[in-house]
Amino acid sequence: MTAAVSAELRAAPAERESGSRRRSNYLAKAYPLWYYLPAGLLFLVFFAIPTFASFFFSLTRWSLFDWEFIGLENFRQFLSEPQLIGSLKNTVIFGVLTSGAKVVLGMGLGLLLTSQIRARGLLRSLVFFPVLVSTIGVGVMFTTMMHPTDGLLNTALAVIGIEGPKWLADPQLALISVALVDIWKGVGLATVIYMAGIVAVPAEYYEAARVDGSGAWSTFRHITLPLIRPATFTVITLSLIGGLRSFDLIWAMTSGGPGFASDVIASVVYKQYQAGFYGLSTAGNVVMFLVVMLIVLPLNHFMRKAEVDQ
Amino acid sequence: MAFSRRAFLAGTGAAASVIAITGCGANGGGSGGTVTFLVDNNPNNIAASESLIAAFNDSQSDYEFTMETRPGGTEGDNLVKTRLSTQDMPDAFSYNSGSLFQAIRPVQNLLDLSDQPWVSRLAESFPASVTAEGKVYGVPHGGSNSGGIWYHKPTYEELGLEVPLTWDDFIANAEAAKSAGKHGVIQSYGETYTSQFLVLADYHNVATANPDFAEQYTANEVGFADDPTAFKSFEHIEQITKDKLVNEDYVSTTLEQALAYLATGEGTHYPFFASGISEIEANHPDSLEDVGFFALPGDDAATNGLTVWLPNGIYIPGTAANPDAAKAFLAYIASAEGLAAMAEGAQPTGPYMLTDVPLPDDVPTAVKELQKYFDAEGSTTPALEFSSPVKGPNLENILIELGTGSIDAKTAAERYDQDVEKQAQQLGLEGW
Repeated sequence: MTAAVSAELRAAPAERESGSRRRSNYLAKAYPLWYYLPAGLLFLVFFAIPTFASFFFSLTRWSLFDWEFIGLENFRQFLSEPQLIGSLKNTVIFGVLTSGAKVVLGMGLGLLLTSQIRARGLLRSLVFFPVLVSTIGVGVMFTTMMHPTDGLLNTALAVIGIEGPKWLADPQLALISVALVDIWKGVGLATVIYMAGIVAVPAEYYEAARVDGSGAWSTFRHITLPLIRPATFTVITLSLIGGLRSFDLIWAMTSGGPGFASDVIASVVYKQYQAGFYGLSTAGNVVMFLVVMLIVLPLNHFMRKAEVDQ
Repeated sequence: MAFSRRAFLAGTGAAASVIAITGCGANGGGSGGTVTFLVDNNPNNIAASESLIAAFNDSQSDYEFTMETRPGGTEGDNLVKTRLSTQDMPDAFSYNSGSLFQAIRPVQNLLDLSDQPWVSRLAESFPASVTAEGKVYGVPHGGSNSGGIWYHKPTYEELGLEVPLTWDDFIANAEAAKSAGKHGVIQSYGETYTSQFLVLADYHNVATANPDFAEQYTANEVGFADDPTAFKSFEHIEQITKDKLVNEDYVSTTLEQALAYLATGEGTHYPFFASGISEIEANHPDSLEDVGFFALPGDDAATNGLTVWLPNGIYIPGTAANPDAAKAFLAYIASAEGLAAMAEGAQPTGPYMLTDVPLPDDVPTAVKELQKYFDAEGSTTPALEFSSPVKGPNLENILIELGTGSIDAKTAAERYDQDVEKQAQQLGLEGW
C-alpha cells in the first residue's frame, strides 16, 4: 500500500513534470513563430489574398458593382487587341535597350570612377544623383526639355546649327527618347553596383598580371571582367525586370503616345483600368506577370548556373 | 504636362476624401445637418459651385451645404464608381450624363427623381441622358456645352472669308489662311482628348443623314467604318494633316498653346468645345471678342447644325442620409435663382436645359451666338455619347495614330469599331 502510494506519489510529479515539459517544449518551439504572425498577416491580407483574388477576377467581367464569370474571354480579348503586339514589342525593346545600356555604361563609369582621377568624389555623386530624383519629376522635366520647338535640347542643338529630332512627338522615336531618359536616370545605380564589384577584386591579381607583363586591355578582359560577373548579373536582373514592368516614366512622358507608339504592357493595362474594364485589366496584369516570369526565370537560372560554374 | 495636372488632381482628390472621412461625424450648421455636394475640380465648376452653395445656404435655414471636390476624367470615373459601390457617396454629386451615367448603374445606385416638380421644365433633349428604365435620376448642372470650330474673326475679315456651311468651304478657308502664313487648323495632340472633336462634333451631320444611327450603333448594326457619313470625319483628320493645314508642332501642342494660337490669330481655326471661352477669358481677356464659334460643317449647307454636349447631371445616391435636403438643393439648382448664382461664379458656356430660364445678358458674344442654333428647328443634336451608351476609351489615341500618319482612315475607323466592343460587352448590351 505504502509502496503503491509512494509509487503513485513518485510517479505523479514526474508525469506532471514531463507533461509540462512537453507543453513548454512545444511552446518554446512555437514561440518564435508568433513573431511571424504580424508580418504573415500583412502578407496574407495585402499580398496573398489580392493575388488570388486577381486570378479570380481576371476570369470575370467586373464593373465594381457586380461581376459575371466569363471564363477565359478576357484573355482572348486582351491578346487580340490590335495594340497588344506593338506594346509587347515595345516592352521587350525598352527592357533590353535600357538594361543593355546600363550594363555597358555602368561598367565604363564604374571603371572610370574607381581609377585614380581628379574630383572622384564629386563625379561619383554626380553620376548617382539622378537615381535620387523622383521618376515623375524627371519625366515632367524631360518632357519640357524634349519639346520639339521650345525644348532646351533642340534650342541648344539649334545654336550649333543642328535641327534636333522631334523626340517624344515623333512616333518612331518616342520610345527611344523615353529609354534614353530611363538610362540617364538608372545608370547611377548600375555604376554603384559595378564600383562595389570592382573594388572587391583583390589587388594581388593585378600585381601578378603586371609582373607577367599584361597590358591594360588584357588585364580588363581576363581579370576584371570575369571577376565582376556577379555585379553584371545583378545589374542585368535588376534593370531587366525594372525595364519590363516600367510604367511611371513612360506614363509621365508620353502616356503611351503619340497614338500607341510608346505603349508597353503596363500602360495598356492601366488604360483599360481607367476605362472601367476591371476584369480585362486584371487579365492583362496576369499576362504581364507571366511574361516577366517567362523572361526572368530562365535568365535567373542561367546566371545562377554560370555563377556556380565560375 | 497632362500628367502633372492629372497627378495634382489625384492628389487633391485623395486629400478631399480624407477630409470627407474625417468630417463624417461632424454635424454642424442648420437644423437639418450638414450635407455635402461632390463636384469635379474643374476651376469653373468649383467657382460656380461655391457661389451656388453660398446662395442656397442663404436662401433657407434648414440645411447647411458644403462642397467636396474630386478629380475629373477617368480618375474621377473610378472614384465615383468606388464611392458608390462602397456606399460612401455624399448626398448630392455631379457626374456626366449620357453614356457614363449609364455605367454607374443608376437603377441600382441612385434615387428616382421622376416625381420632382422641375422634371416638367426640362428642355426636350436633356431627360433621356439621365434616364434609365423610364425613370429620371438627375437635374442639369448648369448650361450646355457644344462642340464645333473656333475661328479668329480679324483673320476672317482681313481675308474676306465667310463662316463656312460645308466642309469644302471650311477647307477653302483653311487653305486661304495657310497661304496668308497662318495655321489653317490648330491641332493639339499634347492634350490627347482634343484630337476627337472633328469626329465627335460631326455627329449632327451623321444623325441628319441617318436619324437611326444611335439606335443601330447601340445594337451593333452600324459602325464608323461602314457608315459613309460617320466615316467622313475620319477622312477629314487624314485630309487636314496630309495637306499640312495644321500647325507644325501639332503633336506636342497643348490646349493652352492651341488657345493662344487662336486668340493671337497665329492660327485661324480650332476644333474644340465652346467652353474653351472660359480659358480664353482667363488667359487672353483682350481677345474675347476676336473669337467666334461655328458648328462643324458637313456636306450639305441646308442641314448645317450644332452638336451639343448636355451638361452633367446632379444625382442623389440611394444611400443618401438626408434625401430631403438633397432634393431641396437639386430643386434650387433647377431654379432661375440657382442658375443665376452659378453664373456669378462662372458664366455658362451655352444655353440652359430648362425651358424657362434664358442665358444672362453679359455672356461673351461667341456664346450668345450659339442661341441661334438652339432657336432654329432641328439645328442641334446631342452628341452620340448622349444617345448611345457605346463609346470606346481609345478614340483619342486612334485618331492621333491617324493624324500622325501611322495608319490610314479606314484602319482607324475599323480599330475604333473594335475598341467600342469592350465597352458594349462591359455594359452587357445585346448584339455584341
